[in-house]
Amino acid sequence: MIYTEFSFPNDSHIIWSLMIVTYPYISGIMAGAFSIAALYYGFGMSSLRPVSRFSLLVSFSFLSCATLPLLNHLGHPERAFNVMIMPNHRSAIGGFGYIYMVFLTILVLIIWFSYRDEVIRAANAATGLKKRILEASLLWNLNSDSQTQAVDRIVVFYLVAFGIPSMAVLSGYVGFLFGSLKSNPWWSTPVMPFVFFVSGIMSGLALVTLFYLYLGWFGHLEKSPACLRTLGALLWFSTVLYIVLEAVELLYFYYESSDAWFVISTLLLTKLKYSFFFLQLGIGLGVAFVLLSAMFALRVDETTFAKLAAVASVYILFEVWMMRWNIVVGGQLFSKSYVGFREYHPQWLDQEGILAAIVFTLLPFLVLYIVTRLLSVHPLPEEDEMESAGSPRVVIE
Amino acid sequence: MIQKKKKKSRREFLKMAAAGAAGMLVVTLIPKPSSGQRIHDIEEAGQLERAPDWMEHYYAYVVDTTKCIGCGACVRACRRENDTPEEYFRTWVERYQITDTGHVYIDAPNGGHDSFPPRDVPGNVVKGFFLPKICNHCRNTPCTQVCPVNASYESPQGAVLVDKKSCIGCGYCVQACPYDTRYIDPRTHTADKCTWCYHRITKGLMPACVTVCPTKARLFGDLKKKDSPVKEIIDTKRVMVLKPELNTEPYCFYIGLDKSVR
Repeated sequence: MIYTEFSFPNDSHIIWSLMIVTYPYISGIMAGAFSIAALYYGFGMSSLRPVSRFSLLVSFSFLSCATLPLLNHLGHPERAFNVMIMPNHRSAIGGFGYIYMVFLTILVLIIWFSYRDEVIRAANAATGLKKRILEASLLWNLNSDSQTQAVDRIVVFYLVAFGIPSMAVLSGYVGFLFGSLKSNPWWSTPVMPFVFFVSGIMSGLALVTLFYLYLGWFGHLEKSPACLRTLGALLWFSTVLYIVLEAVELLYFYYESSDAWFVISTLLLTKLKYSFFFLQLGIGLGVAFVLLSAMFALRVDETTFAKLAAVASVYILFEVWMMRWNIVVGGQLFSKSYVGFREYHPQWLDQEGILAAIVFTLLPFLVLYIVTRLLSVHPLPEEDEMESAGSPRVVIE
Repeated sequence: MIQKKKKKSRREFLKMAAAGAAGMLVVTLIPKPSSGQRIHDIEEAGQLERAPDWMEHYYAYVVDTTKCIGCGACVRACRRENDTPEEYFRTWVERYQITDTGHVYIDAPNGGHDSFPPRDVPGNVVKGFFLPKICNHCRNTPCTQVCPVNASYESPQGAVLVDKKSCIGCGYCVQACPYDTRYIDPRTHTADKCTWCYHRITKGLMPACVTVCPTKARLFGDLKKKDSPVKEIIDTKRVMVLKPELNTEPYCFYIGLDKSVR
C-alpha cells in the first residue's frame, strides 16, 4: 500500500521543544565532567590530576542548572515538587527527583570533602562574619591533621564509587525516558540510554578539555601534556563508542525493516536530511573524529595537539547538541499515523524559544564563574602524602 | 358564559383524566433497571443502567466502521459537551479512500467536525470508508504508566481520566499515547482527552458522541451486564483494536477495521 501524507488532527504542535533539547545537553556535560573526576578520585588516573577538582566544579555548575529548562517547560511548574512527594512508581519520570537529588547530594559531599582543607585554612585566616560563615560551612569542625585528611580522601573515594553509578543513571535516564516510549519508533530502542550517556560523556570531556586549554593558556592551571593526551584519548574512545552505538541503532532499524523503518527512513531522508547527515554526522561527528584521530596518528607536537583538541572539542559540543535536537525534535516531526510529517521552527522569544534555550545553556557557565571565585580550580596538592596515608586509590599511570 | 365554562371544564376534566390514565400507562412502560428490564433494551434506547454501587460497572466502546457516514455529528457533539479547545479533538473521524493502484488517501478536515466535502483523488477509488476515533481507554495503558504524578489514572469503571488539579503539564502522556488522542489544553496547560463523557455516564447517560450518532456506528455499554449489546458484540462478533502489536489492550473495539487503517 502506498500512503499519501496524513497526520492525526491532534498532531499539530511540537510538545517537547528546545527546553527538552537543552536539558539532556546540560545533564550530559555534567556527566562527562564528573567522569573525569571519577577517573582520578576513583580509579587513580593520575594524569587527570590537573583537572580533577575543576571538573567537579564544572559538573556541579551544570547539575545545579539542569532542572531549570524542565521547569520552564512544565505547564504547571508550581506542581513540579509533586514528582517528589506523590510520584507514580510505574512512571519513568517518577524516579527523576530522587535520582537527581541522590547524585546532587553525592556531588556536593565530594566537593565538600575535597575542599575541606582549603576552607579550614581560609576560616583560620578570616575574621568576623566571614570566619563565622566559613566555620558554619565546615560544620564547626576545623580539624585538619594528616589523619583527618586521609579519612577525607577515603570518604571521597567511596562517594565517587557511589557517584559513578548515580551519574550514569541520571545521564542515561533521559535516554530511557525516550527509549521506553513504544509510541514513537524513532525513540523506541534499548540503545537510547547508552547513546545519551556516551554522548553526554563526550560533551563533558570536550567542555573540560576546552576549559583546561583556556585555563592553561592563561596560567590558571598547570599545563600538563599527559593530562591533555589523556583527555584526547578519552574523547577519541568515547567518540568511537558513540559512532558504534549510532551505527548499531540505524542498522538495526534498517535490517529489521519493520513499519518503523518506513517512517524513520522518510524522516532521515527528508526532514532530518540536513540536520542529521550533514550537521550531526558530517560536520560534527565526522570532523571531530578525523581531528581526534589525526592528533594521535600523526604524532603531532604539543602545540598542534592542543589546537586540534580544542577544535575537535568544539565540533563535539556542536555534534552532541545536534544529536539532542535530532532525537528530541526529530522524533516529533512525524505524526503517529507514521505517514504524516510537520515542520518546527523555534521562535526567538517564546517561553521555550531560542533566547530561553541560550539563557539556560549559558546559566551553568555563570554558576561556574561564581563557584570558581569561591573555590580553587587547582587540584589537591599533597598527592604523595595521600598515597602514603593508606588511601585505597589505585594508580594507573 | 358561566354555564358554558362549567360545561367545558367538565369536558376538560374527562379529557385530563383520560390523558392522565394514558400517561400513567406510558410511565409504567418506561424501562426501569430495578424492575428487571433487560439491559439490552436500555442501552438500545440510549441509556445506561446506573447500578446502586458505581463500582459494579465496567464499560467498553464499539465502533462499527461499516455504519459511519462521516456526518461529523459526533465531533460536534463532543465539542459542545466537553468544550474542547479549537485546534484539538477528543474524537474525530477519518476518511479513507483506496484506489485500484493501492494508493491510500486519508483526510480528516477539521477532524470531521464539518463533515466531509467531496474530495477527488487520482485513480479509481475501489474502497472507501469513514473511521471514527477516540481515546482507546486501554487496560495496559502507556499514558497512565508514564504520568509522573498519577494525574492520569484508570477509573474502576474502565475510563482513563486526567486529574487536572494534579497534572504538571509535562506532556509525557501525550508522547506516550500511540493513538494521538491526548493533547495539552492551551487554556489549562494540562493534559486533556476523551473521558467517555464520564460526567454523563455517571448519571446513566450515554457519551455525547454515542447519543447523537444517527447510524449507531458508535456504541457504548457495560461489560458487567450479561445482555449488554456491546458485550454481545465483543463476545460474539469479529472485532479488532487499533495498533494491537503495541499490546496496549484497548477497550475501544472496531467492527470492519481495514488493514489500511493507521
